[in-house]
This record gives sequence, C-alpha cells and structure tokens, in this order.
Amino acid sequence: MEIRLSGILCQATGGASTVEVSGATIGEMLASLALKHPAIQDHLDDGVAVAINGEIYRDRTDQVIPKGAEVFLLPRIEGG
Amino acid sequence: MSGVTVSAKVNGDAVQYVCPPSESLMDVLRNRLNLTGVKEGCGTGDCGACSVTLDDRLVCSCLVLGAEAEGRAIGTVEGLSQDGELHPLQTAFIDHAALQCGICTPGFLVAAKSLLGRNPNPSEEEIRYALAGNLCRCTGYDKIVRAVQSAAKVMRKQKRS
Amino acid sequence: MPYETDYTNQKFSVIGNRVNRPDGVDKVTGRAKYGADASAAGQLVGKILRSPHAHALIKKIDTSKAEKLPGVKAIVTGDDFPDFTGGNRSLMDTLENCMARGRALYDGHAVAAVAAVDAQTANQALKLIKVTYKKLPHVTDVDEAMKPNAPIVHDWIRTAGVDPAPTTASNISQRNEFGHGDVETGFAQADIIIEKTFKTEQTHQGYIEPHACLATLGPDGVGELWVTTQGHFTFRNMCASLLGLDVAKLKVTSSEIGGGFGGKTHVWMEPVALQLARKSNRPVKLVMTREEVFKATGPTSSTSVDVKIGAKKNGRITAASAELRYQSGAFPGMWGMLGAMTSFACYDLKHVKSVGYDVLCNRPKVAAYRAPSAPMAAFGVESVIDLLAAELKMDPVEFRIKNAAKKGTQASYGPVYGPIGIGPTLEAVKNHPHMKKRLGKNQGRGVACGFWFNFGGQTCTDLNIGIDGSVNLTVGTVDVGGSRASLALIAAEELGVDYDQVRVTIGDTSSLGHNDTTEGSRGTFSSGMATIFAARNAVDVMKQRAADTWGIPVDQVVWEEGVARAKGRQNSNLPPLSLKEIAAKSPRTGGPIAGHNEVVADGAGVSFASHICDVEVDPETGSTRVIRYTVVQDAGKAIHPDYVEGQFQGGAAQGIGWALNEEYIYGDDGTLQNAGFLDYRIPVCSDLPFIDTEILEIPNPNHPYGVRGVGETSIVPPLAAIGNAVSNAVGVRMTHVPMSPPRILKAIEDAQ
Ligand code: FES
Ligand code: FES
Repeated sequence: MEIRLSGILCQATGGASTVEVSGATIGEMLASLALKHPAIQDHLDDGVAVAINGEIYRDRTDQVIPKGAEVFLLPRIEGG
Repeated sequence: MSGVTVSAKVNGDAVQYVCPPSESLMDVLRNRLNLTGVKEGCGTGDCGACSVTLDDRLVCSCLVLGAEAEGRAIGTVEGLSQDGELHPLQTAFIDHAALQCGICTPGFLVAAKSLLGRNPNPSEEEIRYALAGNLCRCTGYDKIVRAVQSAAKVMRKQKRS
Repeated sequence: MPYETDYTNQKFSVIGNRVNRPDGVDKVTGRAKYGADASAAGQLVGKILRSPHAHALIKKIDTSKAEKLPGVKAIVTGDDFPDFTGGNRSLMDTLENCMARGRALYDGHAVAAVAAVDAQTANQALKLIKVTYKKLPHVTDVDEAMKPNAPIVHDWIRTAGVDPAPTTASNISQRNEFGHGDVETGFAQADIIIEKTFKTEQTHQGYIEPHACLATLGPDGVGELWVTTQGHFTFRNMCASLLGLDVAKLKVTSSEIGGGFGGKTHVWMEPVALQLARKSNRPVKLVMTREEVFKATGPTSSTSVDVKIGAKKNGRITAASAELRYQSGAFPGMWGMLGAMTSFACYDLKHVKSVGYDVLCNRPKVAAYRAPSAPMAAFGVESVIDLLAAELKMDPVEFRIKNAAKKGTQASYGPVYGPIGIGPTLEAVKNHPHMKKRLGKNQGRGVACGFWFNFGGQTCTDLNIGIDGSVNLTVGTVDVGGSRASLALIAAEELGVDYDQVRVTIGDTSSLGHNDTTEGSRGTFSSGMATIFAARNAVDVMKQRAADTWGIPVDQVVWEEGVARAKGRQNSNLPPLSLKEIAAKSPRTGGPIAGHNEVVADGAGVSFASHICDVEVDPETGSTRVIRYTVVQDAGKAIHPDYVEGQFQGGAAQGIGWALNEEYIYGDDGTLQNAGFLDYRIPVCSDLPFIDTEILEIPNPNHPYGVRGVGETSIVPPLAAIGNAVSNAVGVRMTHVPMSPPRILKAIEDAQ
C-alpha cells in the first residue's frame, strides 16, 4: 500500500512524501516503513500519529488498516 | 519567633490562635485553623479566591493580617451552609453548573452572599461589578451570574414567607 | 439535518440530562481538596530560588550560609539531579527546566531550592544562597531570534526539517511544511491576492490555582506525591524517570485541580519537591506564588505569521500559503508545526502550503494552552479571509461557506476528511438571530472559524457494583471541568440505573493502569468509552449470574433497562432479575461484580467552531467592549449540555482576554515586567456579556455514543472574530494581538 507523509517526517525518507509499504495494521505498517527508511525510527520512538481515512490514531498499533484506505503519517500532536 | 495571640470569631465560633505579626489572615485560616476552603490564587489581592467577611465587610484575606482580626467576626465559605442545609447560593451554583474547576467558587460564594446582603435584588450589571474582584478562568462568568440571579430570587422569596 | 449518521437517532434515557455534578457539594462548601490543601505530619515548606537574569552562566552557587540557618533541612541545586535520562533529549529538557544546569535560560528559571521548617525560614534561606552569574546576551522576540546574528539559546540545536542538514547552531529548532498542490499555480489563477503579516503576544493559561504539591520520598526509593495535575500517571512516569525511581514505587494522587488548560500537563517543580523530600527524609510541601506561575510555567507561544490567500472573482479560493514563526521558550517545542497543521484546516483548498518554524527564545518553556497554536494561526488566516471577502464584495459568512472543507476534502495538513462540522456551524451562524441584530455607532461585528484535532489515548477504568446495587466507577482521567458528572451519566445509561446510584472516583496511580493526561479534549471521550466497555463487562457478569440463578444458558438472557430478562417462550415463567437483586445475591453467586476496561481510545474526531462577536470601540481611548458573543460548535453527542456550554463559554472568555488585554511584557533586560494578575489582566465579570452557545451534535462514528472532544476548539476563533469585529468598528485592519487601547489608537492614527 502507499502511505503519505508530511512535515518533518519527509526528511527521514529522503524527501519522499509517498512511500510504498506493507502491513495489515498500524504496527505492521510502521515496522515495514522503518525497515525501508531506518532514519524514521527516531520519529517513531518520539511517537507519530496515523490518519486512516481522515481519522487520527496516536497510539493504537493494532488498529487494522482497511483495504484501499488513505493512510497519512503525521507528526505526533499535543493538546491542552 | 514571637507570636501574637488573637481571639476572634470564625463562622460564629470563638477561636484563639497565635501567629507571627506579619502572617496574613489567609495563612492563619488555611494553615492554623484548617479552613482550606479559603483559597490562595495570588496572595496580592488580585483574584478574590481568598475572600472572607470581616465583621460583614468583604475582604481579601491575603491582604489582612491575622493579628488584625482580634475581637472581630470572620466568615468563610465553610460557614455558609447552616444546620446541614446548603445556602441558596450554594444550591444555585450547583444547579446552574456555575463551577468547572471550582477553585474560585468559595470566593465567589462569599462575595455574592455579601452582595445579596447589601442588595437583595441586584441587576445583571450590579452583579457583574460586585463580583469583578473575583477571577474565574473556567466559566466565562455566564453561569455564575445566572446562579447569583437565581439565588437572589430564592432568597427574596424565603424572606417574604 | 444535513449531517445524519447512524448515531443521530440513538435513544438515550439519561444521557443529555443536565444533572447536578457529583462533586458539587464538596466544591461549594470548601471541602474539596486542591493541590495546596493537603498537609502531612512533620512537613517542611519548599521554596525555589529563581534566576533574575534572562540568560546567564551560573558560575557558582554557594549554599553554605543557608545550610547553617537553623530550621533549614535540605538544599538542592542542579548538581543534586544526576542524569538518568539515558540520552533522551526531551526528558533532559524537562529536567533542566525544573532546575538549571550551569546556565539560567530565562527570567525565573529555577537555580536552587530549599526545604525548611516554615515559610519564613525557607524565604530567609533563599536570601542566603549566593549565586554568581555571568550575564549572557539574550533574545526574547521571535523575529529577532531568527536573525542570523541573534544570541543563541542552545549551541547544540541544528534546525531539523531542512535539506541539507545545517552544520551550525540556530534558534530555529525545526521547520515543518504541510500542504498539497502547487501554490504558485494557484496564485496565478487568482483575480485578487491578499497578503499580510500578523503578530500575537505571549499569554498564560491563567488557571487560578497555582502549582502545588506535597511530596514524600524515603531512602528506600518509595514515595508519594499529592499534586494538582492534568495527568497524574504522566507525572508519575516523568518524576520516576527524572529521579531514577521505579515507577511502581511512586504513588501519585491527583488533587482536585483548579484549572489547567494545558499548563498542568507537564512537571515544573514536582521533581524538585521529591528531591528535597529525599534529601531531608521529610514530607515537603511546595506551592508556587503567582509570580512564579507567570515566570516559570506554561505560557503559550508569541508568534509572527505571514498569510497569503488568492481568490477568483466568483469567490473561490485558488491558493493559500502561510509562514508561521512560533516562539517556544528556552526549549524546543512543536508549536510552529501545530500552527502550520491547523492554519488552513477549515477550508477546501486545491493549492495550499504552510510552513511552521519553532523558535527558541529566553522565555519560559512553552506549554499547550487549550488547542495549542491554533488560535494564532486562525487570527492571521481568518483576518485575510475577511479582507478577501470585502475585496470581493461578498458576505464574509457566505465566502467562508463557499470555501468550507467538507467530507472528502483533503485537509491542508494531509488526510481526507470524513463527516465534519465546519459547514453546519457556518450555516448555523448565518441563520443565527445574532447576525440580524443592528449595530450602533462605533460598533463592529466579526465572524471567524476554528479547528482542532482532539485526541483519545490510553485509558483504564474500573466499575464495581456494591451489594445494594449502587455503582462505584473509578477512572484515571483527572476531572478538570465536570467530567465526573458525564461519566456517571454514561455508566447509568449503560447499566440502566439511576444517575444518583453511581459514584465516580478519580483513582490514584496505584489503583488503575496507566491513563494518559487529560489533554486534547479527551477526558469525557476516552474515559466515557472505557466506562461503556467496563459497564458492558459488568453486564456480562450479571447476565451470567442471572443465567446461573435460573439454570438456563446465558445466551437466553438479555439486559434491558437495568434488568436481566430470560428470553424465549420456555422461560416465560422466569420473572426478570434487577441489577439490585443480582447484586444482593452476589456473595453467594460467585462474589463481587465488577467490570474493567483498558482501551486506547483513538478516533476522537476533529471539531470545528464558528464564533460571532460584536464589539464597541471607544475612538477616544481605544478601549473595546465585547457587547455580544455567540459560540457555535460541533460537540458530537453532548453528554452533559451544561458542561459542554461551560467549555464553549470558558474558551471564548479566554480568547477574549487574549485578543484584547493579555500579554507578557518583557523589558530590554529580558525580564518579565508584569508577572501578576494586576498587570496581566484577565477578563473579569464586568468585562464580559453573557456568552450565547449553540451546540451542534454531529455524532462521531468512532464512539459508541457519538461523543467528540469539546474542550479546546472554543479558544481558536476568538482572536480572529474579535480582530474582525474591531477592524470593522474602527475601519482599520488590526494585525497585532492583543488589541489593547494603545495599539488600537495607534492603528487609527497610522491610517489617518
Ligand atoms: S489570594 Fe487573596 S486576592 Fe488572590
Ligand atoms: S471554575 Fe475554575 S476558576 Fe472558576
């Protein structure tokens, strides 16, 4: 599947804003991404947010990614 | 350290305490008499969280010395509820959701009681100006003003009957 | 309704009722215990010595005289905090912010602390500590700090997010770019382009309760912390990792919290209190003064923002871009990034680009303030939107409706939106009676929109049913604004019992699994979700008990309105068993009945708000009065409407203060000039009108009841709504917040 990245994360993929990865869940997808672009690991350790069809997930690595879903990796966000 | 011995009335009860001459009434009430319903938001007279009455005058207890209370009557939020019944202002604050975090509530209740004692039927503007010395950061004051309006109504009715 | 989903027609029995909050009596009688209200036998008073300089090398700290003062039991400095961070930079930043390590980075930075038998002795001891400073050049303005020759706050910072990676130090900690399409193409298609620069000053969350805690920590590494916090589990983890303690050995209890708004999401002086307690082996109570709160905790960023938007004559926006420079205080933050992500989130844009910079200054470490970073970005964007509408001779609300994001729009921060509420809030604004009210002389009306993400996060709840059928619900999310009432409603709804039967307790860190901080508008959303699941687990237990009592298989039992019923013809002779009856029999049917749930409650759903504001400006003095204010926001299902309205009104009031009065004022020497409520003036009762609210309930499909976060979005539109209103009233565009009387007068003068 193709995922998209934004903000500072693109630096870790050598500037690419779309990356081809595999995985049925958020956890598997992130693992596959880190395998391809090891530099992203630092960001994953700090935490990232994953938007699946527009819905933002911050922590649930077991979240299933539906087929054909739009997956967007965002920097982790904080609130008040 | 030398202390001053003070006899006063707090919420109707006679009390005695010893405090350094420089200690504020707020610290006396909170730390020596355990009346922690008196809140400290600033210690400089700017927030009203420490509001109490001193002989029926509304004061910021952080600006009054403990020693100044000699022979006087102090009223705190702890004295609002009588005979196991909440004061109409207390009931109104709960009913109108006039508190979120609640840290400002004791000060508002004491200040509002003092206002309604002076003026049983205040206009919205009079309420707003009378409570302008009490800061609330959570509510935007909307529900506080409504609660005071409604308590005033209840209290006027109680008085008539 | 244009926004119907599966959840719109859910029937609730108690949800949505305006019940009295369970902690109300405690809070109106003065019984509720906040951070500074706890005491322990033999407790010491802790006090912190703070830097009087904006930036200085700490050459020497001589504590010998203070140590000899009778009654002083412990003194700590940076040397008393060994590095347990294992190279984790953000932990080290937190530690260094709690206590300086060799360098004071802002006016108010902690450099030493004492614990003594009483406050007087502790204050005296502070005076006896001799610190030798060497002053260093400082910078407090965000634009100044970005200049190439600016004094450098940290020489190890290299700007992240730029290619190629820089090799020299800078105050810009990171650059983040968001967007899609190609803005140059978009601007080329525009008939009108408007470009403007905006500034906003630093403000404080201004919770009325100062930070306060009571700490004990023995030589065995076992400790307790009573503290005012938005997240006691997070505080536990942070304190344990900063002090090298086992997480399980530190028990943290959250006191009642007197406001937080993001400012109580991080530790500020709690590790210091624990270290003083360890050194003295006595309980230490540490309470900040208001001045300390202003100087050394939580403010939000000051910002400088460029916005450029282009549109066609037909009212469609063709491109939008922004550069956002956010000051993050003396430590790196993500605030510029959040500004860049949220700036254009309300609109449907083909070509959009936003670039956020996080910039270090010699000011206190910035913390979240409600929807962090979004209000300042919205101030710039919503002002330019109004300017464009005026140029196009379009009604500003119509112009926004025409360009509003909707389901399927690609958000400016990346993903494609599901069902969202910006359109409905704008329609509600358009039809609101407020919009029809005639304006008088010197009056102006402004409208603005706002967006915030909302999050869920790790949550854990415990629900126990008592022998009499009453229910104890223990949650781990701090109640910052009445969430206990909402959670009791949810438990009552799910179990089919009366609201009064449920008591909600906030559990300490030893009684529940980890719960994330109450931030990101998550309290009612996530604990509500965990409560539903915990209650359903308890219902499963009760169904089993009923089945056992009846001697039938459990799949023949249903739970309806608080009673177990046996289904099917063959069971028609079995009378239903109520929750009360099942509970009464529980000792003999298998023991206590409980339900438990751990969940990562993701999917909180983004939220939008549109505000309307009328102001009257006195052209002689430049002073502004808000005469009418209306908040329209999408809340998902409103569990307890009073507290939803309360969040709307509170956020709006904070925004009004920010827009008109509040600002940190730094002197040329880099010290804060107005660290008190007298000179940092937050709105008082007589400054404000009643604040009207309209709750739109656009259910969140990711929550069983359709709940969304509601707490933060309300602070996003006010700066812009008031900016637009004031600009309309005086006929000059306001670009600098707060719009204090001198700034308004100057703007009028400059225009003439
Ligand atoms: S504590 Fe006395 S007025 Fe603020
Ligand atoms: S309710 Fe929090 S300050 Fe008033």
